[in-house]
Amino acid sequence: MARLTKEERKVSIMTKALELFSKEGFYQTTMPSIAEKIGMSVGNLYNYFTSKEMLAKDLILYIANILGEEIRKINESPLSTKEKVEAIVHMYFKIAQERPETIEYFLRVYLSNREVFQNCCEGMICVSAFVTELMIFFEEGVRSGELKDQDFFSAFGLFMGYLGGMVFINGEKILPKPLESYEASISDNIYNALKSR
Amino acid sequence: MKPPSAITSTMPSNPAKLKMIWLQGITCNGNTHSFLNDPALETLLESSEFIHHPLLPCSMNLRQLVKKLPKSDILIFEGAYKADFERAGMRMEELLNTLASKAKHIIAMGSCASFGGIFKEADPEHISGILFDKEKESGPLKEMREKVITLSGCPAHPKWLSFVIEMMRLEKTIAVDEFRRPKELYAYLVHNGCLRNEYFEWKVDCDTFGTKEGCLFYDQGCQGPFTHGSCNKILWNEVSSKTRSGTPCVGCTEPTFPKRELFTTKTYMSIPAEMPLGVPKRSYLALAGAAKSFHIKRLEGKLIDDNA
Repeated sequence: MARLTKEERKVSIMTKALELFSKEGFYQTTMPSIAEKIGMSVGNLYNYFTSKEMLAKDLILYIANILGEEIRKINESPLSTKEKVEAIVHMYFKIAQERPETIEYFLRVYLSNREVFQNCCEGMICVSAFVTELMIFFEEGVRSGELKDQDFFSAFGLFMGYLGGMVFINGEKILPKPLESYEASISDNIYNALKSR
Repeated sequence: MKPPSAITSTMPSNPAKLKMIWLQGITCNGNTHSFLNDPALETLLESSEFIHHPLLPCSMNLRQLVKKLPKSDILIFEGAYKADFERAGMRMEELLNTLASKAKHIIAMGSCASFGGIFKEADPEHISGILFDKEKESGPLKEMREKVITLSGCPAHPKWLSFVIEMMRLEKTIAVDEFRRPKELYAYLVHNGCLRNEYFEWKVDCDTFGTKEGCLFYDQGCQGPFTHGSCNKILWNEVSSKTRSGTPCVGCTEPTFPKRELFTTKTYMSIPAEMPLGVPKRSYLALAGAAKSFHIKRLEGKLIDDNA
């Protein structure tokens, strides 16, 4: 077994913690239970994360960076804005399917337990990587003439609200069909709502 | 120890005064007016004299100037250039070129003389600056570019002019940028030295002109973050600047002046279309997004409580 670097170890801890937080909830999950699942002593876990709240913050930064990096690749690709909408929807749903703990954490812990983050994640600070890329997507879409110029938050709320809502419903096992089968109609709806007239 | 008489006898004679000509093209006289407000004007006139000036005492009136076409140390040109524009019956094409070829130094005084400016808008095909036509170095004096110093601004700051005249008098080399503007004056942005920098930094926006608080960039179209000039370093009348008085910078030193839709910042989906000079979009958006996430109580209040 090759020895993991500290950063790699940190990522593996975060991955396991995400599963536990999204499955059992933030308050039900303790540092000792995370340590036990990882096969690490509690004391050693505290060498990587000084508190559960700091772990929670690092997790949201980690997720925001994953999403931000994926959207950045889409932003920098030579796709039309319509195709970029499709690519973002596909990317988001793919992560929700393959790494459900990431989006689950975002929706069920970060958005629903803001008090946990109030001392270190004001406003959009901890999701900056993700929001910045969406800003660039929208800005470039309007600049190219494909999207209607409007308030950023109106467009942001429409796009992410729709995706988040679908993933949430999927997580509640209410959807009659697999999540990916909705990609085409959702992309079409989002693009039609945002496109210039 | 030399005897006093020896010192007296070796004293050099008074240096000759700089001979200057102030020639006007198509102009509103704004730069003349600016120059007359230079606190150092009196001092300047002790070491220089005008062969011709539209307002100040001088040795030649305009008709005499046109007739004699004399040599000068410094030719200052104010206003926009148009080949067939006449002064005292002589076309500018001949008048400017002749005086320029006989001048040791040439100063394009103001945005119209520098790039075409406001007056170019009246006849874009035929009106330009003396060296530049907006960004293109295609003006009538392009063959004499090495003699030309560009002092863009609407108007140009009087101290910029007296700085350049003094440098020329002392035969100093003036470092210039790609538009032949002195770097000592134009390497800065108007944004440097703006008292509102903290409001810009934390995205506290001004909702009207004339306040002491708030950034004028987002809602009032301030061009300070993209405009070369030392307006907030060398103050106007030694006390103020546009932004300090609560008015946005209009970018008057740049070849793109005047822009359309002044006093507004173009946005795409609430995001500024133009980034502060040299700032990458991703960097700006990440910082702006972060700054907007905080509320700095001190910056959201009034500097002077009117009810106190």
